[in-house]
Amino acid sequence: MSTLLGSFIGTKKNILLLLILAVLLALFFIPAFLSKYSVYLLTVVLFTSLLATSLNISLGYGGMLPLHQTVFFGVGAYAAALLLNKSPLLPLLSFLAAPLVSAGVALIIGAICVRLRGLYFGMMTLAIGQLVWAIVYRWYEFTGGDDGIHGIAVPDVLHSISAAYYISLIVVSACLLIIYIILNSPFGIALQAVRDNPQRCESIGINIHRHQLIAFVLSGFFSGVAGVLFVILERSVSPSLLFWSESAELLIMVLLGGMFTFMGPAFGATVIIVLEVFLGVITEYWLLVLGTVLVLIILFLPQGVIGFVQEKISAGTAVERKGADRFASG
Amino acid sequence: MDFSVLLSQIPDFSTLTGQFFVGMSRAMILFVVAAGLTVVMGVLRIVNFTHGTFYMLGAFISFSVAQWFGGSSGFWMALLIAPLIVAALSFVLEGALMRRIYSQPRLMQLLLTYALVLVFNDLIKIVWGVEYKSLSNPIPGSISLGGVALPTYNLILLAAGPLTALGLWFFLSRTMMGKLCRATVTDREMVDALGINSKRVFTSVFILGCYLAGVGGALIAPTTNIVIGMGMGIIINAILVVVVGGLGNVWGALLVSFIFGIGESFGVLFAPRFSLVFPFLIAATLLMIRPSGLMKSVW
Repeated sequence: MSTLLGSFIGTKKNILLLLILAVLLALFFIPAFLSKYSVYLLTVVLFTSLLATSLNISLGYGGMLPLHQTVFFGVGAYAAALLLNKSPLLPLLSFLAAPLVSAGVALIIGAICVRLRGLYFGMMTLAIGQLVWAIVYRWYEFTGGDDGIHGIAVPDVLHSISAAYYISLIVVSACLLIIYIILNSPFGIALQAVRDNPQRCESIGINIHRHQLIAFVLSGFFSGVAGVLFVILERSVSPSLLFWSESAELLIMVLLGGMFTFMGPAFGATVIIVLEVFLGVITEYWLLVLGTVLVLIILFLPQGVIGFVQEKISAGTAVERKGADRFASG
Repeated sequence: MDFSVLLSQIPDFSTLTGQFFVGMSRAMILFVVAAGLTVVMGVLRIVNFTHGTFYMLGAFISFSVAQWFGGSSGFWMALLIAPLIVAALSFVLEGALMRRIYSQPRLMQLLLTYALVLVFNDLIKIVWGVEYKSLSNPIPGSISLGGVALPTYNLILLAAGPLTALGLWFFLSRTMMGKLCRATVTDREMVDALGINSKRVFTSVFILGCYLAGVGGALIAPTTNIVIGMGMGIIINAILVVVVGGLGNVWGALLVSFIFGIGESFGVLFAPRFSLVFPFLIAATLLMIRPSGLMKSVW
């Protein structure tokens, strides 16, 4: 485990290990000093970070272009809601089953999409994702249609915001660790190789479609976990969770944070949510500010957000950067 | 299921005809918007989410122009002027922003055009407020088509699609500028080497595309509530029409718009609540069968 943790932050970066532990400790004790609303926001930050990181499994590490990731988040949330409300399953089993439903949906979508390249991959995910949205939006008998589902039967012990927070903290930390381990396993390395040079990978016997499909399913699974955390916190779901613009905003978070770094997407998610809250207090037009800032970043950082973030926060190794260049130019 | 039950669900012929024309009217607006997008995506090679915003702007500006002129002539002036205003705006936007991202990675283009969607959504909110707007129908009344009443205004929508297709075909194959567009798609460097300013070609194409988005917005204005979300609603359908039809292929876009229209108008008879689902179902199915589009893509 210690070697694992060592590679988690790089053996030379013991300071980083301390930092992560310090952040975890701080996150553990901080609710005592914060208002209810702040704890609520921290919970949102936590599961959105997981969602952004899960998108990055297929986007940054898998080199795919999933334009509609929040479908898996929404499906996870709806699955949890429906299982809790309509099935005799124990709540715990419902929570465990919901991400599996997301993974199943990801398996179907992924199987259709992985053979497509670049933009066509993105378009297919967009088409099927919107298809799922449209079904959820109109299937009143089953999903509640555009009303969504309210008053989801989340167990009473999880009703307090601090309970939702601690559940999210534990689950998100565990999931991030698992994702990190996966991405640094032989499978993860091969996946990045597939991203960087699919032809060579194929010629040395790596099944590129299978690697990408597994990455896509994993990414769907962890998005589903984030969806379950959303249900625990909000106890209601609505079809807007699955609308494509949610995915676009998620992509902004990932790109802002940097998609070739492990913690980048989580960082981007945190920044955007904090921005939303603080700007939202000042002006109702906070998206105008966000949009303008994004435009300026793209215009005045010609190498793109990714390059900038890599230079500034720099967690990318030479290999990762090479991959970034290839992907960005391809 | 008993087959005769299924048969009994099939409505009589006149209902089918009526549904067909209603669905087709909507499809033709989608085509006008998608035609603009396919030219932009084909020549400039960017995925432009802002296109839906220009469509929405076309509708909002039409509302204001029609109000300003007032009366029954208001809408016709709006149809004339609003797309031009949208085109002028797109000229500024292309010069200031768009041309800087043509060579950027695709994700950056998506990000920039989506950022502009957010910006314009809020700008429209500031200028026009959050309440929905509506325009009165310029040609009230309806005509009888094979025993089915069809709003007379829909005839204009039905004509707009083929007219746009013909106009674009004429532009692309018969005019100097159109030929330059196609040449730029094939080999931009050679066009530059021949002493032609390909940047100007790009600008023209972008303006043309946004003009068509504005036309689409102006055309839909009298038939629906003009709301902030309408750009986000249409852009995915338009992008799918473009991709399924073959990127940059106007005829492909027309064909897919037809298919969407037919699918929606007949699908609505069997599963009325799921009419929203059909375009995506059709797009996903067609993409599965022909991943790079039904007709030849210029990419």
